[in-house]
Amino acid sequence: MIRLEPRLTRPKWLSVAVPVGSIIVAAILGALLITLSGNDAGATYGRIGDRAFGSVTAWSDTILAATPLLLTGLAAAAAFKMGLFNIGGQGQFVMGAVAASGAGLLLGDLGGFVAIPAMILAGMLAGAVWAAIPGFFKTRFGTNEVITTLMFNYIAANIASFLIFGSESFWRLLTGSGKVFPQGKPIAEDAVWPAFGGGGFNMPLGFILGCVAAVALWALYRYTRFGFEIGVVSDSPEAARYAGINVPRTGLAIMTLSGALAGLGGASDVGDIRHLLDPKGLGQTGYGYTGIVVAALARWNPIAVIPVSILLGALANAGRSLQGATFPAGLVGTLQGLLLFCAVSGEFLTRYRIRRGARRPAKATAEVIGA
Amino acid sequence: MRGITKRFAGGVVANDGVDLDVAPGEVHALLGENGAGKSTLSNVLTGLYRQDEGTVSLFGQPVSFTSPKDAIAAGVAMVHQHFRLVTKFTVAENFLLGSGGNFDAKHAAERITALGKEYGLEVDPNANVWELSVGEQQRVEILKALDRRAKVLILDEPTAVLTPQESDALFATMRRMVEDGRSVIFISHKLQEVMKVSDRVTTLRDGKTVGTVVTKETTSAELARLMVGRSVVFNEDDIEDRPEADPDRLVLDVKNLSADGVRPQSSPKNVDLQVHAGEIVAICGVSGNGQRELAASIYGIRKRTSGTVAVDGVQSMAKGPRESTKLGLAFIPEDRLKTGLSASLPIHANLALKGYRFPPMSSGPFLKHKVMRANAEDLVKRYGIKTPSIDTPTRVLSGGNVQKVLLAREIGSKPHVLIASTPTRGLDVGAIETVRSLLMDAARGGTGVLLITEDLDEAMALAHRLVVMFEGRIVGEFLRGDFDIEKIGLLMGGHTDKDGAA
Repeated sequence: MIRLEPRLTRPKWLSVAVPVGSIIVAAILGALLITLSGNDAGATYGRIGDRAFGSVTAWSDTILAATPLLLTGLAAAAAFKMGLFNIGGQGQFVMGAVAASGAGLLLGDLGGFVAIPAMILAGMLAGAVWAAIPGFFKTRFGTNEVITTLMFNYIAANIASFLIFGSESFWRLLTGSGKVFPQGKPIAEDAVWPAFGGGGFNMPLGFILGCVAAVALWALYRYTRFGFEIGVVSDSPEAARYAGINVPRTGLAIMTLSGALAGLGGASDVGDIRHLLDPKGLGQTGYGYTGIVVAALARWNPIAVIPVSILLGALANAGRSLQGATFPAGLVGTLQGLLLFCAVSGEFLTRYRIRRGARRPAKATAEVIGA
Repeated sequence: MRGITKRFAGGVVANDGVDLDVAPGEVHALLGENGAGKSTLSNVLTGLYRQDEGTVSLFGQPVSFTSPKDAIAAGVAMVHQHFRLVTKFTVAENFLLGSGGNFDAKHAAERITALGKEYGLEVDPNANVWELSVGEQQRVEILKALDRRAKVLILDEPTAVLTPQESDALFATMRRMVEDGRSVIFISHKLQEVMKVSDRVTTLRDGKTVGTVVTKETTSAELARLMVGRSVVFNEDDIEDRPEADPDRLVLDVKNLSADGVRPQSSPKNVDLQVHAGEIVAICGVSGNGQRELAASIYGIRKRTSGTVAVDGVQSMAKGPRESTKLGLAFIPEDRLKTGLSASLPIHANLALKGYRFPPMSSGPFLKHKVMRANAEDLVKRYGIKTPSIDTPTRVLSGGNVQKVLLAREIGSKPHVLIASTPTRGLDVGAIETVRSLLMDAARGGTGVLLITEDLDEAMALAHRLVVMFEGRIVGEFLRGDFDIEKIGLLMGGHTDKDGAA
């Protein structure tokens, strides 16, 4: 008989082996599907690899595609690590984009040194507020944050839509083609975020900020009193309360931080990629949701979010540029799904071990026996 | 039931050759302290556990139940302390659940009304269970058992959740049931109730039958002695070098403290309590009489509704654990691995769980890992915590070592006051010795120790002063040399009419 047994300790090698194994298993399952659909799996993977990492330009595109995922991935990792299921990364991302594009439009004429920091701050603030509201209700009244943050995604999407399609707002382009098709007003050239690099390779500012945020988050966990408190609250809220840690306040702070990171992603979307508010595009890409996949694969570890976001960015980049009759439609989404599935199953293996043979007698504690 | 023995993994023997015979038409009380084996025995009788040795016979026929279903079919039903009702269903719907018959709510309602009238257990069959009071929910459980033609009904501490009036009504119902020739097994540790309602009493102690007596031929005092008295009386001279209390230094002064408990019986009510430096004061009582809430409200994780707490002369502002820690009030909660420690975190983190906020373990918002680790290494060595390393997750340690981690942190901070809530429960003999000697050491170092325990031997061995708590009140106080186990047992059982208090 095969049965599962909880692990008392988690060996270190597992935390590397499981994600790597998940990726390999997902690739194998994906290959099966590709073959079943009548395509050549090897060739398809080859093309994906080539488009994602085959040249300097490919790398550059991959990093750009990874940038929003890095930030939404960090946002999800921060909240989920503490057992707060912030599904609202998408809404926080959108609100970040709304605020950052507003700041960019308003202050673009004052030059990059004013406009860009203002966009960063505005995006983070908007995302933070958008997460703090459900966070407040969660920590104060115990409302389920899965529901509230999810609902807030729709509110945010509709706000963004309203600004471009439902009104003649400050965000909307009202001249030129804007008279025919509703669209966002582009921010001034000065407010466009710089990219760093050379020789065809560009590292967007948002990605650099994301890496800084990842390291900062890791350092926060490791080196600060607040990080210590987060560790205790995530493991045992009751012990945290006993030790005098303000559990609701810690939760609210983490929700706010998570929202700020997602909001920074939205700001980067405007500053690095689109340069205007594009509600439809934001809705279609769904970076906030993919961020949860990134965070799950990274097992909530902020540093691991960096390579995982590059991996998923590579998939997205290749999928985008390979679209067409010769490339199986929906493959990228399927591979993403397989990856998440394998990662979650793998996570299970880090907590339980599979055993064969007879059941060991269950442990009974004195509490169970106490009459 | 003959010679019932039930062992659990880890060498715990919950029932050791227990005999119990219940006659038709009697209320048979099963008396014993917490952990005496009452619940285990009833779980064997209802098929939840299987005995390792011994036989269960029903009306002369040996029976072997493999599940509660078998037991119900044979006419044995149990009303648990925690009800098995679906709160969103009506009373009638709950009746039908698991009855296997057709789903005729109207018919069920009629039966409920009829049975209710017969036994004085009136409930509205169409009310949702969540709308009912706890007492009414209990009636539903009893009605369910009656409806299934239970011939033997086990009531596990049924009065724990009832008001005195509801209890009296329940006793009347119990009498009526036995008049029908049914048998009721009444599990309790309240002497008065046992004296009032039962025909015979079987007392369990440490998993063994102490004896069965006819209620009319015994007294509360004898029952108390049977319940708490040990075969081996602890020799008080075993402890040499007993810590000396300093009567001039009051380290804990609790005045008029009240708090809300989980149940009214467990709400501390106007408690006054003093502990001096170097003194060990034991609070004895059957669990659920407010000891847990008292400790929590002194420490500050439970709100006090009245009263003041002063630690070494400094008033506590009731701001919570951080303030208590600063005042020098340490606390070992009864649930060590869930409350006192963060189970999955490494030992070094748990040893810093209270000190991490203050220098030298942190400066400003930053932690000083070196100091934290050095502190952990030092405590592990000093308290002899057996662990592969200070990075080991705390939950993998043995119970005794887990408790040592907790004690090392709390005593290591050299507090003025240490509240220890059932610090030896569930530990093996060796670990118990270690924990007790650590408590004595703390007292020798000038810490005032407030020991909350259900183990009278422990209280009598360690304490300078022994205080008895019943239903949230302090009902008696005894000084070393004046410990009277019989009086203490009576007070623990709620007998206050005699000159129990010293």
